[in-house]
Amino acid sequence: MIDRKQVLHVARLARLRLDDEEVERMSAELSSILDHVETMAELDIEGVEPTSRVVDAENVMRADDVAASLPRDAALANAPDPASGSFRVPSPQA
Amino acid sequence: MSDVRDLSVAAGLAAIEARDLAAAEWADAYAGLPDELGAYLWRPDEPIGGEEGPLGGVPVAVKDIFCIEDVPTTAGSRILENYLPPYTATAVERLLGAGASVLGKTNMDEFAMGSSNENSAYGDVRNPWDTDRVPGGSSGGSAAAVAGGLAPCALGTDTGGSIRQPAAFCGVVGLKPTYGSISRSGMIAFASSLDQCGPFTRTVADAALLLRVMQGADPRDTTSTGIAAGVEMPSREDLSGVRVGVPRELASEAEGMEDGVREVMERTIALCESLGATVAETSLPNARYGISAYYVIAPAEASANLARYDGVRFGERVAAEGLDDMYELTRAAGFGPEVKRRIMLGTYALSSGYYDAYYGRAQRVRTLIARDFENAFADHDVLLTPTSPTVAFPLGSRTDDPLAMYMADYCTVPMSLAGVPAISIPGGLAAAPDGGPELPVGVQLVGPAFGETALLDAAHALESAIGFDTNAAWRGGADA
Repeated sequence: MIDRKQVLHVARLARLRLDDEEVERMSAELSSILDHVETMAELDIEGVEPTSRVVDAENVMRADDVAASLPRDAALANAPDPASGSFRVPSPQA
Repeated sequence: MSDVRDLSVAAGLAAIEARDLAAAEWADAYAGLPDELGAYLWRPDEPIGGEEGPLGGVPVAVKDIFCIEDVPTTAGSRILENYLPPYTATAVERLLGAGASVLGKTNMDEFAMGSSNENSAYGDVRNPWDTDRVPGGSSGGSAAAVAGGLAPCALGTDTGGSIRQPAAFCGVVGLKPTYGSISRSGMIAFASSLDQCGPFTRTVADAALLLRVMQGADPRDTTSTGIAAGVEMPSREDLSGVRVGVPRELASEAEGMEDGVREVMERTIALCESLGATVAETSLPNARYGISAYYVIAPAEASANLARYDGVRFGERVAAEGLDDMYELTRAAGFGPEVKRRIMLGTYALSSGYYDAYYGRAQRVRTLIARDFENAFADHDVLLTPTSPTVAFPLGSRTDDPLAMYMADYCTVPMSLAGVPAISIPGGLAAAPDGGPELPVGVQLVGPAFGETALLDAAHALESAIGFDTNAAWRGGADA
């Protein structure tokens, strides 16, 4: 069971502002999904290696060649608040 | 010819070759058609592309998860409502390079999270077989466009069934190639170790045509390897000598399988035998844990991938005094309920104290499921399952129960976890348990990693024997 306090903690980690109704609903829904997920506990996984990806590739390298990158204007074109060639954000201290 | 819209990709290319059709006329036949299904989110005034090439003139609808330079790309989310990508996805670039013509961007569940297309921020898509029902998801717009006569083929993405399940619900062909076959560059990320691009088509041969052009290693996606042996056009007329395995966990023992789906499966097995295949029951003992492992791994990866939507570099922003308030309010306003649920689930599964119990365990279960497939392919050339335990369900019938919605992917998630290729083809029609017109049932064929040529060959032989009319929905129902 995921209680209200845990929901608020996880929401904070995920930078999601939830209203009271969302917190209630999330608590019930996450609990029901996790109950199902926990059926995995039936399996013996002793000594089984984890799989993080199915492709065998490791440390794929390329030649250190200079190539064109995204021009600054194009990189800033979708920014909500570009300023002086940069991405402007509100103060972290406010 | 009676109607340009009847043409499969292969037939259209042949008609152009024979000078019965001008390349430009093909896309023009689709441009400006009324879209009563809500399949498209955006259509250009003039189709994009359409040069000479192996796919010269082929009109294609593109799921709105693929970036196309300066073309609105939302991934079905409010947070990308005004986003204009600065570059084009490799898969789309390859299609355009081969002469294809983009008809528009198709509707989808927000960030590809969903099985009914009801999680789109831009409205529902309707199933062309019964407009009160869902088209499936998350690539619901692409499936509806092909089945609804609004495109001869489309691009989708499949993370846990998002191509195969909507293809089954809409009565068309949907292919999820081996993980790594097609570059993910420019495909907006959901769960990077699972996401794979693939085609929706009206025939298996058409799926091969598109795959041949799109597959291949790409320096912009280091997990893309391509299919080293290449992809041959399917030509098989029977299944003699093919060893078909039916995994009982995803067939006779599958949870919640409808009678109509069961009957189509039985008919399909009989048909495989009459085509010369040997059919035997087999087992994927850990496949029943697929949904559990998937709903830890996919949300965990999503919670990391979606951290980029923070109102700084692109996407919508909600103004606030402080940086943290800006992040939290931006994400609260920009994401819909299912995306928030998955971010929460993934963040929880990765959080301190729970990582081993959830994420670590799910990754080990993933290994067990991948081994199950390796074992099955030691004795079988191809596996056969239903694509979904049910036919298309009514709009709104599962939106209040996330877990019931997740179960729609019961038969498709294990292949995604194992990375193996799988294709859904229409197996026939069946009655829905709640009445209404008969609806398509998809059957899924699964092959070993990078075994696309043999998989498509088997699917082609089976498709010919089934004889399903993938144009029936838009021409006026199954009776037309």
